[in-house]
Amino acid sequence: MSVKTEVAIIGGGPAGLAAALSCYRHGIRNIMILERDEHLGGILQQCIHNGFGLHWFGEELTGPEYAQRFIDEIRKTGISCLLNTMVIEIKEDKTIYAVNSRNGLMEIKANAVILAMGCRERTRGALRIPGGRPAGVYTAGMAQRLINIEGYMPGREVVILGSGDIGLIMARRLTWEGARVKMVCEIMPYSTGLIRNVRQCLDDYGIPLKYNHTVIRIHGKERLQGVTVARVDDKRNPIKGTEEYVSCDTLLLSVGLIPENELSEGAGVKLDPITGGPIVDEFRQTSVPGIFSCGNVLHVHDLVDYVSKEAEITGEGAYRYINGRSPSDSDYLQVIPGKGIRYVVPQRIYGDSDVEFYFRSNGIYKDGTVELTDGEKVLASKRLMRMVPGQMERLILKRELLTGVSKTKKLQLRWRNRNEEDDAECS
Amino acid sequence: MQLICILCPRGCHIQIHPGKNGEWEVEGHGCKRGRDYAIQEAACPLRVFTTSLWVDGGAHRLVSARTDRSIPKDKIIESLKLTKGLTVKAPIDIGDVLIKNIAGTGANLVATRKVDRI
Repeated sequence: MSVKTEVAIIGGGPAGLAAALSCYRHGIRNIMILERDEHLGGILQQCIHNGFGLHWFGEELTGPEYAQRFIDEIRKTGISCLLNTMVIEIKEDKTIYAVNSRNGLMEIKANAVILAMGCRERTRGALRIPGGRPAGVYTAGMAQRLINIEGYMPGREVVILGSGDIGLIMARRLTWEGARVKMVCEIMPYSTGLIRNVRQCLDDYGIPLKYNHTVIRIHGKERLQGVTVARVDDKRNPIKGTEEYVSCDTLLLSVGLIPENELSEGAGVKLDPITGGPIVDEFRQTSVPGIFSCGNVLHVHDLVDYVSKEAEITGEGAYRYINGRSPSDSDYLQVIPGKGIRYVVPQRIYGDSDVEFYFRSNGIYKDGTVELTDGEKVLASKRLMRMVPGQMERLILKRELLTGVSKTKKLQLRWRNRNEEDDAECS
Repeated sequence: MQLICILCPRGCHIQIHPGKNGEWEVEGHGCKRGRDYAIQEAACPLRVFTTSLWVDGGAHRLVSARTDRSIPKDKIIESLKLTKGLTVKAPIDIGDVLIKNIAGTGANLVATRKVDRI
């Protein structure tokens, strides 16, 4: 079977849904969403806690409710959604190969492609924790699925490694379901989750959060018996003599998310080694013209509201591309992370409209300014009382400030402490 | 008292202590809602809770649910016990009341996911 479409969207989670609706609003009518799961909404369906939608809808919703609002909109448009459909390859010319049990192998020729595949969790294998291989070691999202979707309790006595948001949410969920969460170990000196989740998921239930601690051994043969935790030094190496045995039947890992970009790489899309996602411009167009990327496959977000917002941009991008108004490589200004900044998205800009940058810090900073400079003058800046890696920040650059800035220059986003003198070495 | 506001992802660090004339002195809040949150938190902490219930005859095994308003924090465990062993019948729509006035809190437990009948 071979079909043609104007825009193909890979993934029917929050990014894919918002991207599809945005394409539709820009007048594109031939839109196809390819989703491997049996329902739309992606990971939101298992995120049954509240806290979604405050920015986008102005009210606090749970994950399934947030998803349903987009799904209802999609249903009104007649956008075609292929569920239970696995995309196996995307070519640079935007030919997509996908399979499902109804149509078999499909070849889909698209004018534009929007990548919205999301991310996956880091597993025990990636951490290389020594010890046995007993049952009872789960990623936090897997445990979330078991409890909230399948209705199984993964265990009774739990240790959580990593203080990412899913781990924090699961600490509370497990406590509510009658399990005893003994501790959360975080290898860094700060939490990688939102501070309000530390407050309402751990502090509310007296669950200790041990900073600078990690799990160094897993004990048990058939079922997990316990773990050895230890304090780490500032190079994250375990300190001898600080080991402590903690008995537990369940270990949850909430140790980071990895954008799922195998398909993107197959299409020749260049990736940013820091974000793990594609290098994009302000319309989220990747290095391959006509292929766009948004949501957690581009960079891991902490709030779905900004995923929706970012996905909306790709609709405009796809519209411009289809109508032959796409920039070429020489039109771009590079944007690079400077002092205090871990990454910035987009990594390059065309600059014919206002640009909102999404970025994260590389550590904890207090009372200062984030500024975007061209090496001579500051083009945009924002005062921040705190900047922490667990919280994505945003900065808007007004289009008119780019007039006269040469395309050969690099823009740099950097942190400046409040009392810091003008420091030429910084730039 | 030191608090972290949980109303939005910003997570403001708020200080609250009794001031003159029996009024609270609040500092560090980023908005009016944060001030109200701090005063409420000092008096009686309120939380929304979410869970899932077994479904009979539905397209999904479970339906997710939340309280339609926040309830006193110390009523959560009691409320959760009331949801155990309960099975609800499909079809269920978002917003359907699954348990009325849960644990006498005045809040209803409502469905947050649509479950079709099969």
